[in-house]
Amino acid sequence: MRQNFASPRVGGMVALALVIALLPVGLSNNYFYDVAILVGLNAIVCVGLNLLIGYAGQISLGHAGFYGLGAYGSAILSSRYGWPPLLSMLSATLVVAALAFVVGRPILRLKGHYLAMATLGLGVIIFMVIATEDKLTGGPDGMSVVAFKIGSFALREAQLWYWVVGALLLAAVWLALNLIDSPAGRALRALHGSEVGAEVLGIDAARHKLMVFVISAVFASVAGSLNAHFSGFITPSKVTFLHSIELVTMVVFGGMASTFGAVVGAAALTVLPQFLTVLKDYEMMVFGALMMGTMIFMPRGVVPSLARLFAPRRRPEGERKPGSEGAA
Amino acid sequence: MSAQFMPQFMQYLLSGLTVGAIYALVALGFSIIFNASHVINFAQGEFVMIGGMATVSLSAAEVPLGLAIPLAVAAVVLVGLALEKFAVEPARGASVITLIIITIGASIFLRGLATLVWDKQLHVLKAFSGDAPIAVAGATLLPQSLWVFGITLAIVLALSWFFGRTLLGKAMLATSHNRLAAQLVGINVRHVLLLSYGMSAALGAIAGILIAPISFTTYDVGVMLGLKGFAAAILGGLGSGVGAVVGGIVLGVAESMSAGYVSSAYKDAIALVITLAVLFFMPSGLFGKRGGERV
Repeated sequence: MRQNFASPRVGGMVALALVIALLPVGLSNNYFYDVAILVGLNAIVCVGLNLLIGYAGQISLGHAGFYGLGAYGSAILSSRYGWPPLLSMLSATLVVAALAFVVGRPILRLKGHYLAMATLGLGVIIFMVIATEDKLTGGPDGMSVVAFKIGSFALREAQLWYWVVGALLLAAVWLALNLIDSPAGRALRALHGSEVGAEVLGIDAARHKLMVFVISAVFASVAGSLNAHFSGFITPSKVTFLHSIELVTMVVFGGMASTFGAVVGAAALTVLPQFLTVLKDYEMMVFGALMMGTMIFMPRGVVPSLARLFAPRRRPEGERKPGSEGAA
Repeated sequence: MSAQFMPQFMQYLLSGLTVGAIYALVALGFSIIFNASHVINFAQGEFVMIGGMATVSLSAAEVPLGLAIPLAVAAVVLVGLALEKFAVEPARGASVITLIIITIGASIFLRGLATLVWDKQLHVLKAFSGDAPIAVAGATLLPQSLWVFGITLAIVLALSWFFGRTLLGKAMLATSHNRLAAQLVGINVRHVLLLSYGMSAALGAIAGILIAPISFTTYDVGVMLGLKGFAAAILGGLGSGVGAVVGGIVLGVAESMSAGYVSSAYKDAIALVITLAVLFFMPSGLFGKRGGERV
């Protein structure tokens, strides 16, 4: 495949890197940095989730659970047991990967709405454990988390965090784009179209689904750990069913089966509520109405819809229409 | 085994059946819309919430319960029809997941609207016929539970008559089996869709009104009730009426027993573990259609 700057892979990466590099010009105070870091962390989760939902066509309404396990795992190991934060984060990630691997196989046998229910159930169970085991997690009041340290170097300033999260986001996007264009990625898209059809072609559907499920869980877990160390405090509110829904909404809002769409969706739905707080009592209503309106008028998500609008004749490589069945 | 066992067990069973009946009504609402459109309507819980809240404010305004309830149900039906007409209908042809996000947007919108129309406080509705407990086999039963059982039973019977005996009901079933074929034999599938939202809204509202005197009602009560209803519908098998009822009852009783015998903090988690365990062995729920994939 010929690679040039017009291809969405390289061109998109360069564009994203430019945005990340130039954004600090407009970030005049720490609050903006906080929001930008939150955008980056949510985007990392969404890039992973988009592999699962957008490409493999497997819905998950439980990823806040993996996010929460990453956050609390890292928080508990580092703050309660004094482990080095980096080691805590990696251990939490390993545990989440193992959990996703073990529960993934039976859960991913389910299809469509049954899969939605099973992942949702898994997420809610994780939430309940975190909210109930207050000796370890602080319960509904949450717990404070030590700063991220590597050796004696502590990562405290928001500006520093910004670059770390920006670099990780680029890495996540790069990994996702490479995966999609690999044989495994093509297998995922094939089984999205038709699982039986893919198996007839010799694709081990169960193995591929499990692989992408574990990858997306790991992305969520790492982002969760980083968020815990960055904000210095976590509560179970980030582990709720509503947060899972929020993450899926970001993916669908930005555009399924579009990695940059996932980033745009995460950015839009993280920044939007910050603006909407000025509406006070009307915030929730307006947010819901915007969500409905966008999906009614751009049912394929913002990025694919806009890409179509501006380039009606060219069909970029990254947004091939997946199977017609959507969530099924 | 102590002498306390039977009365205690009865107590858990009765409260489980009461909640289970409510879950069954919510699950039936999910199933009806699923059958008509293959969409899970995540605003189902909001129908439950609005039904309860509207009845609370109507009866606070001295409207007799016999009038307040039909008015509240009618209001929720209007909300359901509006949801179909202005949010689901314009997105016709969109993928299932897009439609799910639209209904989630609608549920957030309706919750926001509820905080404006009402507030974020807990409200309680007076029981339909007093609070004097009735003794049943050593356990006590609130009169409101009898209302829950009676009305749920009546609704289940009415629905089975509607889907089994009336032309309209059969048209809805036909649409659920094959939308295109139904259209070809002259069924107006758009009306079927509208009707299914109206019916689901009514079922949700009734569930919300029935439960309001037992548990408090507030603007976000629909989140958890919607979730349980969804779990019940899945447990029983999506689209199956019997499944929705059985799923609701099983879930309610499992929850109540777990709360009584294991841990009240983990009652919801245990009910979900049971749901997951059933799905692992029966991937289409207890009564769901087992369909193969067509290539």
